Amino acid sequence: MLSMKADVVVIGGGPAGLAAALSCHERCIRDIVILERDSHLGGILQQCIHNGFGLHWFGEELTGPEYAQRFIDLVEEAKIPYLLDTMVVDIDENKTVYAVNPQHGPVQIQAGAVIMAMGCRERTRGALMIPGGRPAGVYTAGMAQRLMNIEGYMPGREVVILGSGDIGLIMARRLTWEGANVKMVCEIMPYSTGLIRNIRQCLEDYGIPIKYKCTVVKIHGSQRIEGVTIARVDDARRPIPGTEEFVSCDTLLLSVGLIPENELSQKANVQLDPLTGGPIVDEYRQTSVPGIFACGNVLHVHDLVDYVSEEARIAGYGVWRYLNGLDSKCGLQGDGRARIKAGCGIRYVVPQMISGEEDIELFFRSDNIYDNGTVELVDGDQVLASKRFLRIVPGQMERFKIKREALSGIKPGDGLVVRWRSLG
Amino acid sequence: MFDVAIIGAGVIGCSIARELARYKLDVCVLEAKADVAMGSSGANSGIVHAGYDCKPGTLMARLNVEGNIMYDDISRELDFPFKRNGSMVLAFTEEDMQTLYHLMDQGIKNGVTQLKILTTQEALRMEPNLNPDIKGALWAPTGGITSPFEVTIAMAENAAENGVQFYLDHAVLSIQRYSDEKFRITTSKGDFISRYVINAAGINSDLIGQMVGEHSFSIHPRKGEYCLYDKKWGDLVTSTIFQPPSRLGKGVLVTPTVDGNLLVGPDAVDVDQRDDVNTTDDGLRFVYQKALESVPYLPRTDIITQFAGLRAIADGGDFIIRPSNTAEEFIQVAGICSPGLSAAPAIGKYVADILNGIMQKKGRGLESRRDFNPNRRGISRFSDADWNTRAELIKKDQRFGRIICRCEMVTEGEIVQALRRNPPALTVDAIKRRTRAGMGRCQGGFCTPRIMEIMERELGIPMDRITKKGEGSKMVLGKIKDFLGEDARC
Repeated sequence: MLSMKADVVVIGGGPAGLAAALSCHERCIRDIVILERDSHLGGILQQCIHNGFGLHWFGEELTGPEYAQRFIDLVEEAKIPYLLDTMVVDIDENKTVYAVNPQHGPVQIQAGAVIMAMGCRERTRGALMIPGGRPAGVYTAGMAQRLMNIEGYMPGREVVILGSGDIGLIMARRLTWEGANVKMVCEIMPYSTGLIRNIRQCLEDYGIPIKYKCTVVKIHGSQRIEGVTIARVDDARRPIPGTEEFVSCDTLLLSVGLIPENELSQKANVQLDPLTGGPIVDEYRQTSVPGIFACGNVLHVHDLVDYVSEEARIAGYGVWRYLNGLDSKCGLQGDGRARIKAGCGIRYVVPQMISGEEDIELFFRSDNIYDNGTVELVDGDQVLASKRFLRIVPGQMERFKIKREALSGIKPGDGLVVRWRSLG
Repeated sequence: MFDVAIIGAGVIGCSIARELARYKLDVCVLEAKADVAMGSSGANSGIVHAGYDCKPGTLMARLNVEGNIMYDDISRELDFPFKRNGSMVLAFTEEDMQTLYHLMDQGIKNGVTQLKILTTQEALRMEPNLNPDIKGALWAPTGGITSPFEVTIAMAENAAENGVQFYLDHAVLSIQRYSDEKFRITTSKGDFISRYVINAAGINSDLIGQMVGEHSFSIHPRKGEYCLYDKKWGDLVTSTIFQPPSRLGKGVLVTPTVDGNLLVGPDAVDVDQRDDVNTTDDGLRFVYQKALESVPYLPRTDIITQFAGLRAIADGGDFIIRPSNTAEEFIQVAGICSPGLSAAPAIGKYVADILNGIMQKKGRGLESRRDFNPNRRGISRFSDADWNTRAELIKKDQRFGRIICRCEMVTEGEIVQALRRNPPALTVDAIKRRTRAGMGRCQGGFCTPRIMEIMERELGIPMDRITKKGEGSKMVLGKIKDFLGEDARC
């Protein structure tokens, strides 16, 4: 087996991995290698040919491949080495990474630090347990996106979309442009799980109806899907008997959630947060295993790639601190960090641990739609910081900057809480 | 012209084909679907039963126990996964305990060895995740698990290697006497002439039997639904956990699979349609609730897929394996419900014996072929191999270094091999059954388009002709721009 060493191994050459590698490089770390399982860098952005990327990071509107290419160009310029077609198969707590590719065969890399940037996968029909037949034509929205934008084929002509995740909304528009008839989007929740702008630009502009509190209860067809039975659901998300309706279609796309892909992280004994599905990290994006960092959708599902790039930059900074012995307060032994938990109205918060040495930014999502209030960071009865919001929605990741001074009083082991408080 | 035409390429048809391949015979297998193992053989529990459930004296009991014993050798010869993980039947009440003693008694009569009644403590020591309130258990160490479609594929490939010809997508439409000595079988893709016909058509075997005028039996479909769990739960139990059997079947089981998943199911519901393999909300809920009685720690999440299969139940309940009442040269192999998979290797031999008897009466019995090769090597599996073997595989063929299915760690090399086997994998599901690509937690979300790319390249067909499971199941319905009207196009 080919054996190598590297100061930093970045697992994944998508937006998170590329930005994290660049962030390390900016801090004069030179011995980096990016491992990418696909035959090109850029990750899933390469199939996201729509625009809307880069407004925050670059201040202009780019397509997915354009956004990716800007980072790829920087990586090439910086001469950061990368291996394509390279799948990481195993990793252990000592940060030994086992990978494989066609050129080198099995490769073993001893890493000084590891950045996990493997992204996420889509929830499937099986996870939802939709009863019925198992015909062709039932696809996740991302797979349909690849079939159209990379392979150049139409998944179908008469389409029902279940779930209002962003990829599903984008695909509703994309399919319509190509002459397919998108009959409806069914969303089990009373609100969209995607971005508001996507509801407007991808559904409303094309007259595609979205049915809230509605789901698919049966898939018809044995060879190719022939239709679905939809039904309204009650507040507990159970189908209401008598509201069933047959909708004929030849394609059902699922856009029902993304799951951070952490099977590899678990092999390295990285602790996961059941709320995000990703690792528990501190403000430098270091996981429970010292020297293993995580950023991007493997950590928590982001709404905008710009925020992925920001988070990856933080992880690169964390790696630099780690390699220079600046993370004395972190690690499993003698943990000097305080915990942050999601409180009332908040679904999750990242990071879940902080040391409070520097200014930090919390990334969070709400568990429902809330209007006019503040998000507070509290330590017991004491409000450490707060930020005003006119509205927070589950489909949108929100951010909350906190000054170091506000954190001066926190002690190791403290349980801080982020919560929503309504005003008025 | 063929000496023997076997109708149906399920595990029974393929087992018979592989057995007959030992002899100097021209054999063909006619299969209506696009691949082998697409009926009951592709959707069942994958259990090699010990043989204590069957009524003593039945053909079922005899062939189950014989088949079970054959699995060690045949899995080695044919290189398919098989593990004697043992079966345990739980008793929840004192009445159930009586059932266990009855099962044990039956088992001993049937020739099952090593059966033992366990106390609650003994059972819990072996399986700590069981319901602690059980009263005891029957332990059958000879029970095992396998992959039902891999058994079928392995038998088919070995039969093909030894000269049996497989005709997939050939649905039998009618059968006539061609002359005194022969049958003419009309299929959806042409006629076949054969001296002998073996009816191994599973759920449709009564309909095939009727084509030669036999109306003495009918087949009723009985559906069973299953939930398959993520591999992270594969060691929740190590043996196969049964509940006391009922009138309708062996009850809901909880078992590890040979691939490391956890499987729960099936229920047993009589249905009207012979193609009703729809899962239902009620069925899946029943299976889950019932399985909780055996293993209360069963998780609610991490189910990666659900499926349903049909049992081919004959009136009378026993296997029907005999020459037809209307034509001796037409052998019925019908009503092969559970434990059909366990009995399959023995059924192959049993049918060969029947055929030999009929042929001897006509003059000359079966003659062995000296060049029969009993061994078959499966597709080299990257995921199962150690690093040295992986390095060698990649050295020989770089494509074994390119992972296509990330969940199950399936390489391009394996997919290309699957396309080139005989019978070949020509659909997305056929590749899945041979390589496990798409069987993992993402259920093909990432790898399906890449598999289609490989099929397009290797088979030389455009993606819009690739199907999931044969006719009528195209994966994509056209090229980009195909659906735009003439106006939009210019």
